[in-house]
Order: sequence, then structure tokens, then C-alpha cells
Amino acid sequence: MGATNFIGQSIKRKEDYRFLTGEGSYTDDIVLPRQTHACFVRSPHAHAKIRGINKDKALKAPGVIAIYTGEDIAASKMGGLPCGWLITDVNGQPMKEPPHPVLAQGKVRYVGDHVAVVIAESPQQAKDAAELVDVDYQVLPAVIKSADARRKGAPVLHDIAPDNTCYVWGIGDKAVVDQAFASAHHVTTLEFVNNRLIPNAIEPRAVNAQYARADDSYTLYVASQNPHVERLLMTAFVLGLPEHKVRVVAPDVGGGFGSKIYLYAEDVALTWASKQVNRPIKWTAERSESFQSDAHGRDHVTRAELALDTEGKFLAMRVTTTANLGAYLSTFASCVPTILYATLLAGQYTTPAIYCEVTAVFTNTTPVDAYRGAGRPEATYVVERLVETAAREMKIDPVEIRRRNFIKQFPYQTPVALQYDTGNYEATLGEAIKMADVAGFPARRAEAAKRGKLRGLGYACYIEACGIAPSNVAGALGARAGLFEAGEVRVHPTGKVTVFTGSHSHGQGHETTFAQVVADRLGIPMDDVDIVHGDTSKVLFGMGTYGSRSIAVGGTAIVKAVDKIVAKGKKIAAHLLEASDTDIEFKDGVFRVAGTDKQVPFAGVSLAAYVPHNYPLDKLEPGLNENAFYDPTNFTFPAGSYVCEVEVDPDTGTTSIVNFTAVDDFGKIINPMIVEGQVHGGLTQGIGQALTECCIYDPESGQLVTGSMQDYCLPRADDVPSYRIGTKETPCTHNPLGVKGCGEAGAIGSPPAVINAITDALGVREIEMPATPQRVWRVANKKAA
Amino acid sequence: MTVKVSMSVNGKAVGAEIEERTLLVTFIRDTLRLTGTHVGCDTAQCGACTIFMNGRAVKSCNMLAMQAEGAQITTIEGIAQPDGTLHPMQEAFRQHHGLQCGFCTPGMVISAIDLVNNTPNPSETQIREQLDGNLCRCTGYHNIVKAVKAAAESSRS
Repeated sequence: MGATNFIGQSIKRKEDYRFLTGEGSYTDDIVLPRQTHACFVRSPHAHAKIRGINKDKALKAPGVIAIYTGEDIAASKMGGLPCGWLITDVNGQPMKEPPHPVLAQGKVRYVGDHVAVVIAESPQQAKDAAELVDVDYQVLPAVIKSADARRKGAPVLHDIAPDNTCYVWGIGDKAVVDQAFASAHHVTTLEFVNNRLIPNAIEPRAVNAQYARADDSYTLYVASQNPHVERLLMTAFVLGLPEHKVRVVAPDVGGGFGSKIYLYAEDVALTWASKQVNRPIKWTAERSESFQSDAHGRDHVTRAELALDTEGKFLAMRVTTTANLGAYLSTFASCVPTILYATLLAGQYTTPAIYCEVTAVFTNTTPVDAYRGAGRPEATYVVERLVETAAREMKIDPVEIRRRNFIKQFPYQTPVALQYDTGNYEATLGEAIKMADVAGFPARRAEAAKRGKLRGLGYACYIEACGIAPSNVAGALGARAGLFEAGEVRVHPTGKVTVFTGSHSHGQGHETTFAQVVADRLGIPMDDVDIVHGDTSKVLFGMGTYGSRSIAVGGTAIVKAVDKIVAKGKKIAAHLLEASDTDIEFKDGVFRVAGTDKQVPFAGVSLAAYVPHNYPLDKLEPGLNENAFYDPTNFTFPAGSYVCEVEVDPDTGTTSIVNFTAVDDFGKIINPMIVEGQVHGGLTQGIGQALTECCIYDPESGQLVTGSMQDYCLPRADDVPSYRIGTKETPCTHNPLGVKGCGEAGAIGSPPAVINAITDALGVREIEMPATPQRVWRVANKKAA
Repeated sequence: MTVKVSMSVNGKAVGAEIEERTLLVTFIRDTLRLTGTHVGCDTAQCGACTIFMNGRAVKSCNMLAMQAEGAQITTIEGIAQPDGTLHPMQEAFRQHHGLQCGFCTPGMVISAIDLVNNTPNPSETQIREQLDGNLCRCTGYHNIVKAVKAAAESSRS
């Protein structure tokens, strides 16, 4: 290993010092000259007509500068919040896209819907005045559960969708699937709910919008995962502002998990209002506002069937899902329960025929969109609950049934559109079985039984698709955005390097991982490379961070830019060394004439590029700065095997995860420490979904019952174990780093592993997520009785 | 109504005239502009606002600034040495990747220091139980537990 071989090393993070010492700079930390503050008046009702808004009293309150309502928004002629993916339904019709106004237009559709914004000198004054805004509501009946949305006579949210249906969408050949089921030896059927989750990044969403009259420009600081997308949507579709006059900065961002991808009403309202009041306006969500207005995740009701032959080979799968989209279409809501869900239903298996139909409905609840995993956790739950249940029903070992059905030849074309480039599912499963000491499980179970405890073991073998691509294929499927990433490598005269990436880091450690890639490839010290992200005025363009795409798409864009730097560097070196550029080798930071000791270091080449006295000016531009856009040819397909061992106390219903083993195949790994950290976090969110987390609305009033951290149970340190983590490496075949992505895997694979373990412990077929002590106790004691 | 408060923050005497209802965390962040102390939940559930007050870790979103009258406060900005050398707990978080987005980190580090002050040789169970007032959504706690264990071990050696 040379001094500059950084790929594969657990290098400590460059970003840590500032976070550990309180020197991070999050949106709420930024105070601008002449700062004002905003508070939103939100609907206390799930569904109501607004008969009138009286703001007279509020306008007279101390410190109030302005109050805007839906009327002002309508008068401004701004557009509504757009949806970035057009789904075409089973009849070839476009999905229903109801207007999504920035502030309510005559009607509110969920508790927390935006009614007015109050701008004042201090946050407290804005909040006080918001209390004085008098809204006259006529409360309407609400529809909350997706199962009720299409019932005859159900309250209607949007005139454009009289049956509250956004679309009915399907994938696969239904006739072939029905035929396979008709002749199957065994059919396993499950009905379940994939529970609605509230993301809860610990940093609440925040916005600080500033208008400059001097050049008619805007600067928006916002807790966002994708500042360029935020700017594009806001300028091109909502406010109609010139894109070059808007700068969006996403500074340090305290976690996202999907919830900070979207263009939210608050972002637009403050940007627009900052010009009206000609002062910067800041809004930071209180946690109760995060619960009510950050896009939620999941919320599927599913009936799933698996057809098998006598040997336990999967013949076909049939899935019907109702997805709750909430009251409006959030930015990417439409593609999550379709393109990102049903296409994953093959899992790791050779199931030859799959049909999935998804009905997406509007309800009087917070909009639902992508949350860590986005469609893939829902798909994995379907597949892995079916497989485990089928194994038990057919009395086949759950490992054996998986092995009989694994895909072993790659590339593999699934019946649901995706083509897996590579994988080795036996390798991760075999390793997981070893690490989890499955062989010792019967003894551990017997020992637990002596203590009156129930032990169970559950598996999940997941597949996921990262770095959604390519743009033209996604476009044909309805995507309204490109799916590439951009990167720029700026070599300074002294050979130091600044890298600009369109990916955004909000915990993922890009400042370290991307620097490792660049330093390794250029053969220079880590300290000589800095990564810049999150500012549209610095970074040329970017699609941001979502879907575990950063290393595979953003990292590859950077590699392509680095390769251009090296190619140009060789030409400069050839001139300096009086050789042909085809004879120049670049290794360990040195350009060398092959087979000789004639060489020039990287910094020598960069200096020549900026002080071009001895330089081929007739053939080559001076300077050493390159950018690249990378549009992948395919998704990447991380996969893995998880084994969960639980111990249930039948007296209290408490489930302890006594052992959780995760073996993942993320392809090549740049920084194992960071990758393991991503897995730990994903597992904990998945275990949260399985055991503790659930968004609950009152089914009549539509009030959010789990509206605070006291009511919505996020996993705490004593709810989860330490994990056993392993990796196997089958490099991705279609990107230069061989990387796949690791951000969501843990949250995708863990829920079915946990539920498979609990149902094994209890000896039951099903238990609903989250498997709270109350639910587990009821199941355990019903069985005993 | 306003009220005068004075206290010591990170070894410096500070004072200001503030609204009576001003929370301690608001005083620290907005008046003193020490923005390392974060607000994650407003309800004393997440612990991002944890600071030391008279040597004990407390949640600064859950008390009024005037309740801290005359107190000795240490925020995350006062944990490292004046020359920038990290406190052993901060260093352990760095070594063991006990942080990702960094938002819960200031409160988590202070709670962890408090934990080791009170329990110099904590077991994994004790660490997990005693950190349950601090939420982290990124790390799954695995590496935080490792960091606290390592810091406790290094402070004993």
C-alpha cells in the first residue's frame, strides 16, 4: 500500500471537528442583517372550508411586519407545488394532479396545512401574532384511512379526483400470473399494513430567505438534500423567477432520510415574501410542525400471494396495494409506491411471473413521500414475509427455500423491468448464518425457554436499487427530472484540489469519502483535497442526495472529472518532459515517461498550467479545472442477508433484539467505517418501524395523535442492540469505482427480519408492525388461551 | 416584561436584559450566539440542547434563562481545550465514528461526559440506559456506545 492508497481505508472524518466543537453551521444558526422571523398559521382541522380570515388584530400585535394568506398567494399568480413524476394508470390515463397551493385556497385538507404566514421582528412575536389570526372554518367530514378513501360517499378532497384516487397502476403480465396461480401446488397469502412513519431528522426543517433589491436576486438558506433541484422547481415551476437570480444554499443539514428532498410550501412562501417585505425572513419548524408537515413515509395496505410448486420453487407472485398519498402530491410521491416499489418484487429470486397493482389515494393526512428506502422497504417486506411464511407452511427450512430460488446467473432480467447486473446472494446469506451462529440457536432457544422466554429467529434477504437511472429511461416512465450528477475538480496552481459535487451530505460523510476517491486517484495527500457541496453559486449543478446514489452517481461524476484532469496533465507533462503524451504514465502523483526516470510531480504540472511560460499554448488551454456530468446506464443493486434473533417476554409482551447480523454486498467500499455507520443507522430506523414507530391519526377527526416525540416512539439507545456487521464484495459492473450505495439498506432489510423472528418466537403467522409490547402480549396470550 | 440575567458561560461572565419567557437555550443561541447548542424538539425529549449547569447535564430547552441566574454554564463550545485540542470524549466520538449529521452531537457529547463522570466504568447496558434522554437518528447508537466505552476506559488509564 502506498502513502496515497485511500480507497478501502477507514479514514476518520474531515467534518467531525466542527460538529464536535459546536462549529457546525445549520440553517437556524444563520442570522442575516435586518433578520425577521416567520410563523405559519396551520389548520387545526383535517378538512374544512375557510369562510374567512380576519388578520386585523394580528396585524396590530407588537413587532408584526406583514401577514399573508392564500388570497395574496393567488394574487401573486405563483404556481402550485409541482410533482416530479407523472404516473400513467392502467388505462393509459395520466394520474390526477390536484393543485397544491403554497397557502390554502379556500379549503384545508390536513391538520397542519398552511393557512397564513405571519412575519415579525422576533420568532416569539410572530408566534404571538399567529395566535391572533382569526380563521373562520366550516369543518367538513374527513377521510383518513386509505381503505375508506374510495368508499361510496366518502368525503372528497379534490374536485379533480371525485373518487379520491390519484391512479390505479399496474406492472407485469396478469394473465400469465393468474394461470400460474391456478396450477400451483401451494399458495401463501398474507394481508398486512406497512405502517406510516414520520421521518424525524433531529434537525427540524428551516429556511432563511433573503432578497436583494440591488440586483433583484434571492438567497435561500434551507435544510435541503438537493439545493439545485429546490431552485429549479421553485424558479421554473412555482415563482417564475430567473434561475440565475436565485442562490440556494443547503449548509450543514442535520439528517434528511428523504424528508428534506422536497420543495415545501414554507420554502416558497418565505422566498416570495422576502421581496414583499424587503428583509430576510427565517422560519424554523418546531417539532410539532415537523410531525405535521414533513412528508411522511410508507402507509401501504397490501394483499400478497406467492405460488409455489411441490419443491418450494416460486412460480408467481400477485400483489395488490393501496398506497396513502396524503392530502396532496408531494414532490416525488407518485413514483414511490410504483416505480420504486413494484419493480423490486422479484427480490433475490427467480420468480418468473409477477403482477402488482397499486391504487394510490388521497386522504386528509400529511402528504406521503420517500422516506429512507422509499418503496424498497415496502417491497422487501412483501417478498420476505411471503417467503418465510411459505417456508413454514411447506415445512421447508427458510434458508433452504431461499437457496432453491436464488438468482445465480447475471445479468438477470426480472419480470418487473429491472436488470440486475451482478450479485452473489449465497455469499451474504452463508456469511450471515455463520456470524449469527444459527447452528447454536436451538440451544439458545431451549435455554431461554427455561427462563420462560420465547426466542425466535428471522431472516430477510433484500435487494435494492440505487442511483435510479438512466435519465431517458426514467423519463419514458414519467420522471420529470434528469437523474445524472455533476462534479467539478479544480486543481489550484500549487497542486491543492477543491472538488465541487452536486451530491449533498447531511451525515453521510462525503467530505471524507469523496476526498478519499480523489486523493487516491491523484496520488496526493487527503489534506490536499477539500469537498464543496450544497451551494448553487459554487457547484455547477446537482441532483442532490436521495436513493443511496451519492457514491455511485456523484462519486462517478467526480471520477470522470479527475480522469479529464489526468488526461490533460499528461499532455502538459509530455511538453515539460519533451515526450509524446502517449508515453506518459501517471502513478502515485507523478507523471513519468514510461520506462525512464524522467518525471514531473502533480504540483509541477499544475503550476505549469497556471504559469504557462513553458507550455504548449498553441495546442492546449492553460489552467487545470474540469467538470463532468454522469448519467448511469443502470441502477446499482446492493443486496444482503439479515438475521434477527429476538427474545420475547410473554408476560410483558416486550421484545428484545438479542442479536442482529447484517451482511451486505455494497460492491467496492471506499470507507468501511462510514459504510458500517450507515448500516447501523438504517438498521435502527428499520427496527424502529418493526417495533416502536407508527404514525396514528384519529380515524374520525383526523387529528395527529402521534404528534410529538412523547407520542411517536423513536428508537432510543436502550431499544436497540449492538450489531454484527459483515460485507461481501461483488463490484458493480457499470461504474468505474465498482460501488453500489449503502444508505438505505439497513432500513430496507431489517423490518421483515424482525417480524419473521417475532412470529417465529410466538409460533404465529402474522403480527402487525410495529410489534409493540401490547400487540405482542395480546398475540402471545391469545394463543396461550 | 424584561428581566436582567447574569451567569458564567464557558468561564466568561455574561449578562443581558431579556424577555422573562426567554428559554435558557434561546439565551445561549440567540443572545450569546453560541449556536453549538441545538433545539431538536422543544419538549425535552431529544437532548440536542443539553449543556452543563453547575456541573450537571441539563436540557436547556426546558428551563427559563432566569432560572440559570448566577449559574456556571458550559456549552459544547467550552468542552475542548482553549488551544482546540478535543476533550477525550470528543476525540472518542471522532475515533469511533460516533456522529454523522452532527446535530445531536453537542448534546450527546455532554450527556456522555456526564455519564462517565457519574459512572466511571459503565457497562454497555448502563451506557444505553443513561443515554436514553438523547435521540440520534443517524448512528443507531452503535458507535456512540463504543465511543463512550472507549472514553471511559481511556480516562481510567
